[in-house]
Amino acid sequence: MAVIAHDPSRPTQTHGEVTRDVLATITSKPTKGYYILLGTMAFLTAVLLGTVTMLLKEGLGLAGYAPPIMWSVYITTFVFWVGIGHAGTLISAILFLFRSPWRTAVYRATEAMTVFAVMTAALFPIIHIGRQWIFYWLIPYPNARYLWPNFKSPLLWDVFAISTYLTVSSTFLMVGLVPDIAAVRDHVSGWRKKLYGALSLGWTGADSQWRHYSRAYLYLAALATPLVLSVHSVVSWDFAVSIVPGWHGTIFAPYFVAGAIYSGIGMVLTLMIPLRKVLKVEHMITDYHFDNLSKLTLFTGTILFYAYGMEYFVAWYSGSTFEQTTFWRRAFGPAWWAGWAMIICNAFVSQLLWFKKIRTNLTSLFIISIFINLGMWFERYVIVTSSLANDYVPYAWGQINPTWADWLVLLGSFGWFGLWFTLFYKNFPIVAIQEIKEMIPMPRRKASSHGGAH
Amino acid sequence: MAASVPGVLAHFAHVDAAADAIRELKATGHKDLTVYCAAHNHELEAAVGDPISPVRLWTLFAGLTGCAAGFSLAIWMSSDWPLLVGGKPITAIPSFVVIGFELTILFGSLATVLGVIILSAMKSLKGRPYHPKFSDDHIGVFVPCRADQAAAVEQLLTGHGSVEVTRDA
Repeated sequence: MAVIAHDPSRPTQTHGEVTRDVLATITSKPTKGYYILLGTMAFLTAVLLGTVTMLLKEGLGLAGYAPPIMWSVYITTFVFWVGIGHAGTLISAILFLFRSPWRTAVYRATEAMTVFAVMTAALFPIIHIGRQWIFYWLIPYPNARYLWPNFKSPLLWDVFAISTYLTVSSTFLMVGLVPDIAAVRDHVSGWRKKLYGALSLGWTGADSQWRHYSRAYLYLAALATPLVLSVHSVVSWDFAVSIVPGWHGTIFAPYFVAGAIYSGIGMVLTLMIPLRKVLKVEHMITDYHFDNLSKLTLFTGTILFYAYGMEYFVAWYSGSTFEQTTFWRRAFGPAWWAGWAMIICNAFVSQLLWFKKIRTNLTSLFIISIFINLGMWFERYVIVTSSLANDYVPYAWGQINPTWADWLVLLGSFGWFGLWFTLFYKNFPIVAIQEIKEMIPMPRRKASSHGGAH
Repeated sequence: MAASVPGVLAHFAHVDAAADAIRELKATGHKDLTVYCAAHNHELEAAVGDPISPVRLWTLFAGLTGCAAGFSLAIWMSSDWPLLVGGKPITAIPSFVVIGFELTILFGSLATVLGVIILSAMKSLKGRPYHPKFSDDHIGVFVPCRADQAAAVEQLLTGHGSVEVTRDA
C-alpha cells in the first residue's frame, strides 16, 4: 500500500463532484468481492443464530458455564463491543463540538459502526442470562409481587445506559443521514427513488429546514458528548462498585473510557483502510485522516499504558494481599498468556505510532489495528476472568475453559456486526455529503474576504 | 416541477450572488422566500435573516423533564416496597444519578428530533417548486408572487446572476 503523504485537510472537489463520487458508491453495481463478503458475514450470522438456538435448547452448560467465573466470554465480548461503539460518537459528536475539520470524511462510517457495535453488544446480556425468553424482566416494571428492579444495581444502570446510547447514537446517525438520503433520492429512479424518498422525510434543503436542523444537530452533539463518557463509565462500574479484587478501583471509569475509544478507533482503522480502496474514495478519506486517527490511537493507547501501570502500582501500594495476588496471577498465573497479550497488544504495539514512518504507512497501521482489536478483547477477558477465578476464598478458586459454543458466539458476533455494516455502506452514503460540501467554499462571483469554508 | 404556489424559481451557482438577491428581495417586500441549498451555509442564513431556531427550548425542557423523571422513577420505585439492599439507604441519591443522567440525555435527544420535525412542518413547503439540482450544486430561490409582479422579480434575479429562472405563475 501507498506511503501516506501529509495532506492538507481540506478536500478540493466541487459540490457536484462530491455528490457524484459518493453516490457512485451506492449506484454502482456491487462487485463479486462484495457478494463474497456479504455471503461470509451472512454465514457467520447464521453460525451465531444456530449456536444461540442450541444454547436456548440445551442451556448454558453448553457454554462451559462453571463457577466461579460463569459468563466470562459473553460479558467479555459484551464489554468489547460496547467499547467499539465509542469511537463513532467521539468522532461524530465530540470532534464536531471541537470543530475538527478532519472528522467530516470519516464520521459517517464510524457512526454506523457505533450503532452496529452497540446492537451486537446488546445481544450478549440477553445470551448470557440463561432464560433468554424473559429478557424483558430487565425493563423496570413491577413483578407479580409489585417488586421493582433494584435501582442501586449497576446492572440496571447498564440497561439505562446502553439503551439510551443505542437510541441516541441511532438517532444521531439517522438525523445526519436525512439530507444525504435526499441527495440520493434526487439522483436515483424507480423503487429506489420511492424508498429513499420515504427515508428522506420530505427533506428539500429549504432554509426553514436548515434553520432547525443545524441547531438540532448541535444540541444532539452536545447531548451525545457526555453520553460517550458516561456509558463506558457505567459499564466500568459494573465491576468497580463490587469488592472483587482487581475490580474495585477508582481508576476504572477513565480507564474504561480511554480503552473504549482506543478499541473503537482500532476498529475504525480496520474497517476504513480497506473500505476506502474498495469504494474508491481515496480522495475524500485521505491519508491525512488516517494520520489523525493514528495520533488519536496513540493518545488513548498511552492513557491505557499509564492505566495498566497504575493498576499494578495501586495493587502493590494498597498492601492488600488479595489485590497483590490478583495482579501477580494476571502476569504469572495460569492465564498469563492473556495478560501478556493484553499488555503487548495495547500498551506496547500502539507506542510504535510515535514513529512517523510507521504512522504514515497504511499497511503497518492496518496490522497495528488488528493487534488493538485482539488486545482489547483480551483486556476485557483478563479483567473478567482473572478476578473471579481467584476471589477471597481459595476453596472456590477455579479456571475458565471456554467451549466451542463460546468461540462460535464470539465469531458469529463479528458476522452479525459485519453483515449490518456491509449492507449499510452499499446502500447509504458512507461519506457525509452535506458536511463535506459545508467544508468546501462555495463558488463566488466576486472575490471576497468572506470566501472561506463554513 | 409543477407548483401550486405561484411565483418565480431561480437557480444560482454562486453563493454571493444568491445572498445579494435574497437581501434585495427582502428589501423590496418579498419576505416569504424559500431558499434551497445542499449544505448549511452561514452566508445564506444571514441573508435570509430568520431568528435562531426555538428547537433549543425543546431540548432544554425535555432534558429537565428527563432528569426529573429519572430521579422520580428511581425514588418512587425504591420507596414503593422499601427493601434494604447492601446496607444502602432506600433513597440513595448517588446511585440514582446514573438513571437521572441517562434520561436527561434520552428525553433531550428525542425531543430535539421531534422539535425539528414539528417546527419544520409548521412552515408548509407544499406547492413550492423544487429541483434535484438543489441537493447537488445549485442554490435555489423561490419567490412567491402574483403574475403581475413576476416580470420584475425575474429581472431582479437575472440581474443578480441567476443561471436559470422559471416562472410558475
